[in-house]
Amino acid sequence: MAINAEADIQAACRAARQLAETLGFSRAAAYHIATAASELAANVLFHGGGGWLHAQALFDAQTQQALGLEVLALDHGPGIADIALALTEGYSTGKGLGCGLPGVKRLMDDFMIESAVGAGTCVKAIKWR
Amino acid sequence: MKIPILRLERILLVSIQVDLTDNDAMQFQSDLVEQVAEIEALGVAIDITALDVVDSYMARVINDTASMVRLLGAEAVICGVQPFVALTLVEMGRDLLGADCAFNLGQGLEILRGRIATRGDTRFSENEDV
Repeated sequence: MAINAEADIQAACRAARQLAETLGFSRAAAYHIATAASELAANVLFHGGGGWLHAQALFDAQTQQALGLEVLALDHGPGIADIALALTEGYSTGKGLGCGLPGVKRLMDDFMIESAVGAGTCVKAIKWR
Repeated sequence: MKIPILRLERILLVSIQVDLTDNDAMQFQSDLVEQVAEIEALGVAIDITALDVVDSYMARVINDTASMVRLLGAEAVICGVQPFVALTLVEMGRDLLGADCAFNLGQGLEILRGRIATRGDTRFSENEDV
């Protein structure tokens, strides 16, 4: 879904939680996913100037069982010059506590970030069941 | 979305029930500090029972609001942090909520009253004009 306004952040957060609950995640895990989605969506809007947040289930090809949930955040904003710095606790360029990205990293199981200055940022986070 | 501020004698009650946008948060904070200053409130209880997802942005809004209230000289307490909110906030990083917390509004008011009493605030006792 597109993230272009602050209301979209809440919608993304709700959608991610619903998907997590449908997939049978525990309540705690569903809240972790929802908070991570909210955090990533806020980053897309405030730092990336708008973009997309995509949440999808990851299925086992053979058994068709849900293995996990992937949240993908994409923007064409200014990009992150120093990813290690952005992942540092307490470092913030915007109006957060400086724990957004490191927080998402801790809340989710797998976390990948790709960014090119001037081109945009892509963050992928997966929570396994 | 305007957040109502209720007055209970010299204590103010606010209940945050939806995620605040940037503008909402600023409006809410300026309304609150204005009101605290106007009535020289002794305490403010911020109830977040209805929030089931608190991200780092909302945590900052809540923290900042509590700090503003304290700077003015009133006590602040946050009430009704949901179990899964607590779980997620601690998982994300420590000190996301730095202010004092209470189970619910009732307990929050008790804490506020206790603290107001112990700090010996006699500004408004009966012999005020002595």
